[in-house]
Amino acid sequence: MTDPKRQKLEKMALKVREHIVRLSTDGGCFTGASLSCADLLVYLYSELLNVRPDNLQDPNRDYLFLSKGHDVPALYGTFVELGFIDKARLDQHLTTDDHIYWHPNRNVPGVEFHSGSLGHLPSVALGVAMDCKMRGQDNKVIVITGDGELNEGTVWESLLVASAHKVNNLTLVVDRNHFQANVATEDLIPLEPMAPKFEAFGCEVRRIDGHDFAQLEDAFSALPFSDTKPSVIICDTVRGRGLPSIEARADRWFCNFSSEEVEELLRELHSQVATNLTSETLTVR
Amino acid sequence: MNYEELIKETALADERIVVMTAENRALIRNLPAVLGPRFIDTGITEQTLIGAAAGLALRGRVPVVHALATFLTLRAFEFIRTDVGIGQLPVKLSGFVPGFLSDGNGPTHQAIEDVSLMRGIPGMTVFAPADEADMVAMLPAIWASPQPAYLRVNTRPGTYEHAPFEIGKAEIVAEGTDVTILTYGMLFEQTLVARELLQAQGKSVGLINLRSLKPIDEAALLDVVRRGSLIVTVEDHFITGGLYSILAEILLRNQLTARVLPLALEERWYRPGRLSAVLEYEGFTGHHIARRITEHLGESGAAIAEGPTVLENEFAE
Repeated sequence: MTDPKRQKLEKMALKVREHIVRLSTDGGCFTGASLSCADLLVYLYSELLNVRPDNLQDPNRDYLFLSKGHDVPALYGTFVELGFIDKARLDQHLTTDDHIYWHPNRNVPGVEFHSGSLGHLPSVALGVAMDCKMRGQDNKVIVITGDGELNEGTVWESLLVASAHKVNNLTLVVDRNHFQANVATEDLIPLEPMAPKFEAFGCEVRRIDGHDFAQLEDAFSALPFSDTKPSVIICDTVRGRGLPSIEARADRWFCNFSSEEVEELLRELHSQVATNLTSETLTVR
Repeated sequence: MNYEELIKETALADERIVVMTAENRALIRNLPAVLGPRFIDTGITEQTLIGAAAGLALRGRVPVVHALATFLTLRAFEFIRTDVGIGQLPVKLSGFVPGFLSDGNGPTHQAIEDVSLMRGIPGMTVFAPADEADMVAMLPAIWASPQPAYLRVNTRPGTYEHAPFEIGKAEIVAEGTDVTILTYGMLFEQTLVARELLQAQGKSVGLINLRSLKPIDEAALLDVVRRGSLIVTVEDHFITGGLYSILAEILLRNQLTARVLPLALEERWYRPGRLSAVLEYEGFTGHHIARRITEHLGESGAAIAEGPTVLENEFAE
C-alpha cells in the first residue's frame, strides 16, 4: 500500500473515531465495540466495495451486512465521511426524529439490512450471495460479525449451508476484538483456535491485523479465496482502539460519557496520550 | 391441479419465485429437476432457511419456503419476526403438517400455536385452506401479494366445491339460525359432516370456512353475531390466540357479545395417533363436533348418527 493511500485512510479513520466518540454521550453508544472495526469499515467502503451514495439501489453493487449491529456508530461515521448521509443526521442519535439509534436500520442510506439480534445476517447475506450467483453476477457480499457473536449457532449453520452450496462470493469477516459484551471471549466461551474451526466448516480462511491497512488490502483484494468455498477473514482488533484510556477493557463496550469527558477523549484521540479518566468518572452500562 | 403443479407452473411463469426447503420435500419432490438453482434446500436449518429467504427477497425474489409447521413457526420464530417481519419482505411460508395433520408425530411436531404466533407479527398474513383444492384456489393471490404470508399447508382431498378466493374473505358455506360453525383448515371436512348430522336433527346450521385468518373477514363474523345463533369455533389449535381469540377480539372491539362455544385444544398437547384415532380421542370428528354442540344446547347427543370414517392422513415430511 502506498504511503499517500495509507495516510488518507488513517486520516479518515481518525474522523470516524471522532464521530464515534461524539455519539458516546446523551445516552451513549457501543463505543468500544465500534472503535475496533472503524479501520475495517473505512478500508472496505473507501477502497474495496463498489458501494457509493449514487448506486445504493443498483443490484450490481457490492453488499456489506453489519451483523454485529453494535458497530453502527463506526458505520455512520464512515457514511458521513463518504457522503452517504449528512453529518447533521448524527445529531438525531437516539431521537425519534430519525432512524439513528443503537443498531442499524435500513432507513439510513447505505445500511443494507437491520440488525441487532446476533447471528442473523450471515444467513441473510447468504441469501443475497446465492441470488447474485444465480444471476451470474460477481459482486461481493460481505458480512461482519463480532467474535462474541460466534456463540450463536446460526453463524455456523449458515456457513455449513454456504459451504455446501459453494457460495464463494460470500465473505464472513470477524471483528476479533477478544471481548463480548461484558467479558473476554476466552473467559466465557473460548473461540480459539478460530481459523481451524472455520476451515472445518468448509471455508477458506485468512487471519490479519484488522488495524493494518496494508494487511486489510492484501487480504480483501485476494477475494474470493476459493472457487468453491466461502471466505472468512479474521481481523484481530482491539476494543476501544485509538483511545488508550479505554482500550482492551471489558467494561468499555457501552459508554455514556459526559460532554466534558467527550472533549477530553477527543483530545486523547489526537494526542494518543491517555486522559486521566478513571472508571469511576465514566458512566458505563 | 395439485399443490406441486401449481407451484411449478407459477415458478416457471415468474422467475421471482424461488422454492426453498429445510429438507421437507414431500410435496415438492419433482421441483428440483424443473427449477434448477431456483430450488434451494438448505438442509435441516430452519433459521438459516428463513434468513436466506429474507436475503433472496431483498434481491427481488419471492421465496416460497417449506418446513414442518412447528419448526418453521417456533424454531425460526425470531428469524421470521426479525428478518421477514421487520423487513416486511414477501417471504411465503408453507408450514407442513400443521395442527392435527402431524397425527402420529407427537407433541414435538404439533403446530397448535402457529396461528397465534404468526398473526402476532405486524404485516404477516395468515391462511388456512380446508383442503388441497381450497389451497390451490387461495395460493395465487397469496403469492402475488407483496406481504409476508404464513400458510397452513393442507393437501387432503376435499369434496366441497370452493368459491374463488379473495384475501381477507371467508367462504360462507351456509347460513343458519340455530348454530353457526366457524372453522379453518383440515377440520372443515369434519364440520361439513357435523352440519349434516345436526341438520338431520332438524337444526338450521350455518358454516363458514374462514380461509384467511389475518386479515380476517370481520364483516362476515359480525353478520353471524348479529343473527344471534350459537357460534361454534372449531380449530386444531390452542384455544389461546387462534380463531376463538380472534372472534373475542372482534366482539370486544365492536362492543358486542354472543353465545360462543369454542372447540379447541385447552392447556395441553393432543394425544398422538393415526389421524382418525386422534380426532376420535380428542372429540373432533364430525360426529363428536355435532354431539358436543347438541349437548351444549342442553339436549342429549345420543340421537346423533355416526359420521363417515375419517380418511387417514398421508405421511408428509
